[in-house]
Amino acid sequence: MSPPNVDRIVRYTAGTRINHWIVAISFVLVALSGLALFHPALFWLADLFGGGPWTRILHPFIGCVMAAAFYLLCVKVWRDNYLQDRDWTWLRRFNDVVANREKDLPDVGRYNGGQKLLFFILVVCLIVLVLSGIAMWRVYFAEFFSVGVIRAASLLHAFFAFVLIFAIIIHVYAGIWVKGSIRAMTRGWVSPGWAWKHHRAWFREVGKSE
Amino acid sequence: MPLQSLDIVRRSATTLPEPEIRGAHTGQVAKLIDTTKCIGCKACQVACMEWNDLRDDIGTCTGHYDNPSDLSEHSWTLMRFAEYENPKGDLEWLIRKDGCMHCEDPGCLKACPSPGAIVQYANGIVDFHEENCIGCGYCVTGCPFDVPRISKKDKKAYKCTLCSDRVGVGLEPACVKACPTGAIVFGSKEDMQEHAAERIEDLKSRGFDQAGLYDPAGVGGTHVMYVLHHADQPALYSDLPENPRISPTVRLWKGAAKPLALFAMAATAAVGFLHYIGIGPNETDDGDEEAARREMQKSREKMS
Repeated sequence: MSPPNVDRIVRYTAGTRINHWIVAISFVLVALSGLALFHPALFWLADLFGGGPWTRILHPFIGCVMAAAFYLLCVKVWRDNYLQDRDWTWLRRFNDVVANREKDLPDVGRYNGGQKLLFFILVVCLIVLVLSGIAMWRVYFAEFFSVGVIRAASLLHAFFAFVLIFAIIIHVYAGIWVKGSIRAMTRGWVSPGWAWKHHRAWFREVGKSE
Repeated sequence: MPLQSLDIVRRSATTLPEPEIRGAHTGQVAKLIDTTKCIGCKACQVACMEWNDLRDDIGTCTGHYDNPSDLSEHSWTLMRFAEYENPKGDLEWLIRKDGCMHCEDPGCLKACPSPGAIVQYANGIVDFHEENCIGCGYCVTGCPFDVPRISKKDKKAYKCTLCSDRVGVGLEPACVKACPTGAIVFGSKEDMQEHAAERIEDLKSRGFDQAGLYDPAGVGGTHVMYVLHHADQPALYSDLPENPRISPTVRLWKGAAKPLALFAMAATAAVGFLHYIGIGPNETDDGDEEAARREMQKSREKMS
């Protein structure tokens, strides 16, 4: 094993980073095209995709790419996202978290309670979005479903897409808020101080394994 | 296709009013289909094909007289034949000319996400403008009567236009013109209601106690109405819905959900922004790095 680099701790391998950004970019595209079809005030977003018909054609395929890439990522990080007692404590001290008062928070593993919660929200959202999306996919699949099922699917699709977008807005903001996070997902490494401050239990694990 | 568009009272996926200066000041239009006079000759289907230049594929016999067996992008109207054995044990052949009902409150228009793909004229006609159609099929989802069809060829939605192009120049719809028994009549909605009332009175005097007009209130009334011998049981007529209305699911999806979701998303982003301005980012400082270094040092010493 190579000697530990004191200045840098690897948080995400290149493979994980690429996987994450495939999910992220396809999310942006699928969200923009979906919003174009969701609210008339946002229909102009369809122009980004070449107009209404192209938006309708591309949206479900991009959605499939996002879901496939997400579940690949999901398998990789599943184990690190089990919610433990310390995560619930962390979540209960939400007020301290948002106020940047970290002193009294429990030690955090590779992911904090918020990240784990987000993870499972995404897992659920994507299952529902894929299933309801199939029922709504007029060209290929809608003929296999009754109109009642398609109506319910349409409402569920809109609702879970809303939850997903809501969750991702928070996810993106968390990246902006906690400095060093974006570098972790673009370059792959964090400073020891960052790991010690935000993910101390993980920091100690990494230390032990070295 | 819009010949003149100054009389559009409703336009799909549009939040501001459309040019609607020309109103239907002499009353809205309606087509009245008297099922009790229909002999099932299908002249209306042929007239529809001719006027609209539609030719459906030759289908297969599905065991009944319906031909073709269902509405399609090429068949905007269709006679549906139902055999009903009444309580007296007699056979009644209930024939209903199916097609767009031109609802006053159209579910297709409510569901459509593409601006101007579906419009409602002041005279009550609901029309699809295929050049704006994106092929999503939401109109099919929204329709309480299962009328719109998406073409396999161009992925656009089609349905009866109530011959808006003919009506626009003072002609009756093609099916009305072709009907040999006068079972289909066209005029102002008020006149059609009056005409229906006379027909119903006549039918009642002939023993059809439940004869009545089908102009369902759940969709605000329709601009295609039926005179039925059994108005109490519309389902007898090849599953004509008893109380059609825009599904509550569609109403929620296309109603409150839209502004609420958009507002909540914008609010979330705004809260994030305010948090950044008010509380500020969470940064790792030299103290954290120093603490991390000390701890790493310690653990390395322990190991060696």
